Amino acid sequence: MSSKGLRILVPVKRVIDYQIRPRVNKTKTAIETTGVKFSINPFDDIALEEALRIKEKKKATVDAIHAISIGPSKSQDILRNCLAKGADTSTLVDAGSQELEPLAVAKILKQVVEKQGSNLVILGKQAIDDDNNNTGQMLAGMLNWPQATNAANVEFENGGDRIKITREVDGGEEIVSAPLPLVITTDLRLNQPRYVGLQNLMKAKKKPMDKLKLKDFADLDLESRLKLLQVVEPEPRSPGIKVGSVDELVQNLKDAKAI
Amino acid sequence: MIRSSVLRPLCRLTVSKPWGKFRIPQTVSSPCLKATYATKVTPKLTAEAYPSVKRDSKYKQLSSEDITFFESILSQQELLQANDQDALEFYNEDWMRKYRGQSRLVLRPKTVQKVSQILKYCNDNHIAVVPQGGNTGLVGGSVPIFDEVILSLNYLNQVRDFDPVSGILKCDAGLILENADQYLAEHGYIFPLDLGAKGSCHVGGVVATNAGGLRLLRYGSLHGSVLGLEVVLPNGDIVSSMHALRKDNTGYDLKQLFIGSEGTIGVITGVSILTPPRPKAFNVSFLALENFQAVQNVFVKAKKDLAEILSAFEFMDSYSQDLTKKHVENLNHPFEEEHPFYVLIETSGSNKEHDDAKLEAFLESVIEDGLVVDGVVAQDETELQNLWQWRELIPESAQAGGGVYKYDISLPLKDLYSLVEAANQRLEQVGILGDAPKPVIRAIGYGHVGDGNLHLNVAVREYSKQVEEALEPFVYEFVSSKQGSISAEHGLGFQKKNYIGYTKTGPEIKLIKDLKNHYDPNGILNPYKYI
Ligand SMILES: Cc1cc2nc3c(=O)[nH]c(=O)nc-3n(C[C@H](O)[C@H](O)[C@H](O)COP(=O)(O)OP(=O)(O)OC[C@H]3O[C@@H](n4cnc5c(N)ncnc54)[C@H](O)[C@@H]3O)c2cc1C
Repeated sequence: MSSKGLRILVPVKRVIDYQIRPRVNKTKTAIETTGVKFSINPFDDIALEEALRIKEKKKATVDAIHAISIGPSKSQDILRNCLAKGADTSTLVDAGSQELEPLAVAKILKQVVEKQGSNLVILGKQAIDDDNNNTGQMLAGMLNWPQATNAANVEFENGGDRIKITREVDGGEEIVSAPLPLVITTDLRLNQPRYVGLQNLMKAKKKPMDKLKLKDFADLDLESRLKLLQVVEPEPRSPGIKVGSVDELVQNLKDAKAI
Repeated sequence: MIRSSVLRPLCRLTVSKPWGKFRIPQTVSSPCLKATYATKVTPKLTAEAYPSVKRDSKYKQLSSEDITFFESILSQQELLQANDQDALEFYNEDWMRKYRGQSRLVLRPKTVQKVSQILKYCNDNHIAVVPQGGNTGLVGGSVPIFDEVILSLNYLNQVRDFDPVSGILKCDAGLILENADQYLAEHGYIFPLDLGAKGSCHVGGVVATNAGGLRLLRYGSLHGSVLGLEVVLPNGDIVSSMHALRKDNTGYDLKQLFIGSEGTIGVITGVSILTPPRPKAFNVSFLALENFQAVQNVFVKAKKDLAEILSAFEFMDSYSQDLTKKHVENLNHPFEEEHPFYVLIETSGSNKEHDDAKLEAFLESVIEDGLVVDGVVAQDETELQNLWQWRELIPESAQAGGGVYKYDISLPLKDLYSLVEAANQRLEQVGILGDAPKPVIRAIGYGHVGDGNLHLNVAVREYSKQVEEALEPFVYEFVSSKQGSISAEHGLGFQKKNYIGYTKTGPEIKLIKDLKNHYDPNGILNPYKYI
């Protein structure tokens, strides 16, 4: 067991619910968000679950689990669920309506890691709205920590000093091991998150939520580096056709160079 | 709300959702069923299982001239004949695999005119006909008993018209309920009825059975929302009230007669129905309770506190969850510990924040009052759907062990659950409940508390006379003694034909018989059933 207990940071993002089909707005500048259901990014839910399991199953000594969300003020809804599920404390960085790029998010997280004294960050491998898949990587780079991405299994070794991570890679698995401090990004198979219990949801009201604004990070350059030009819907699939005979089917497949 | 539907074979939720270029693997959100149909063995012929029911010789046996006639008006695709490879099991066997008919001919007309021609011919020639929708009925009403011709509405399945101002949908009877609902969702509306069989059952079928389902609490019965029907009478006459208005008090309200008539006096070919705007915000909470009294108390409180946003209140006993846990894979039950009763509460409304606040205040108070011992709330759409699965997969799970005897009754709320207890007691006394080889696995209870409606399901390892005799008329007598109804929503069909007297009085039964004889003097429609 390491001398110091784990202080886990779990960043979570509020995104359009994954069951909802996103629609592009009329001016093609963004996704329509009015009247649309938002939920926790599913990968982040998995990240939180993993932190909770490390604590509950006593895989290692956990001193604190801190959840943080950077986004609109409504992100506090998902933070409250995190607290209800078992996070000890939380921070909301209210960005208002400002969209932040992963680099800006990573910069903020770095400061929070330092302030919280975190030694393990577990976060989703990507947010399902922008599919960037690079916040965890950039954070690890800036902290100069090792990173294990796309985790499908997390185990503690050597009395808790090292973590062995099974990574999902194309067509198989890769098993890596690293010492703390460490950044882990989660993949889908890692675990199945729990439901939010009612009693805990009520108790969570009393748990602390620090509220910060972007201006509290005034020393950071959070400007976007990319300019969004246009958002477009995928091409609609052309409808199927009915063929009258096997010969016709074969001919069609040949024409389409499918065989 | 997009809930996955029951009744597609095997892993019904296999369609994975693209997330950018990634895909969610099956294991994350898609429960897999171990089996879809009840028994794998072919059910007994109904004629053999119920030898006291005899084929009526007044009905003509099909001849080659009859086939020639049908071939003259129908295309190849619209006519199916039994042959060595295919005994038309799909149409002859019911969803529970409890009944099996011996029809040799299925007609699937694509136009209302053809339905009319078929019925007129059958009426003139005394050929018995079974109207069939999605064949998900639970009382053996949708399949033939002997050699009746099956008239399937499968190909009469188009939306005819939708008015986005009034919300009036006009469609063919054979439109699948889920397709109707998806069509309406595109326009911001919702079908005022929802049930576990939505992926297969027809709009016409739910009207013919006056199905209740999961949204009745909110949107009321089809007797209120159906505005007009197009019906073909046995003599071939097409009677239409499809252009009916919301308000129209000119003469008898004839369409009401066909809602719940189970194919005995006419074939429904078109439905005009008033649909409500689709709620924007849904919430689902799943609660654990100690006893049935608590279920009632929470219900009363939910009606008061949640008022206009309460859209479903379903209860389940622990046995029903046990069977479902055994039947589904990859679906987390909300609670690790077992509890005697569970309740699923759904709210739906137009303002998420408003609904959230209301629900939260309600949940807090039921927990503080000790009415509820544990509970969860869905934090996203996936969890919401998964929680619903624990209710919606019960019917399938109940029969996965071999078969199921289904009793769908209305009882005064205070007596609702006592029937399940009485049934288990009786089965135990008779000595047929227990581990294999005893035939009965367990009697379970669940249902729409909001409507005073209990589903008593007796899960069995196989269908047998012994079990049936232990349960019938026992169940009906029990219900009758409490002034309940022996069929709350599934209808009479074949199963309950002889038991209508437990709920309806002599004069009522006479009126029903008179009507049947008036509309169908030759008795060609759905014989051996209903009355
Ligand atoms: C998993 C499951 C869950 C269910 N849940 C509920 C529930 O919550 N509430 C509820 O009320 N019911 C429920 N049911 C039973 C319900 O009665 C049927 O699912 C549905 O209403 C029948 O529709 P169908 O198109 O399958 O009709 P079928 O089963 O094909 O036919 C049912 C009866 O209607 C007649 N019929 C069908 N179509 C027509 C037509 N166009 N014209 C004239 N007669 C016709 C048939 O002759 C038969 O008598 C459930 C069934 C299943 C399998």
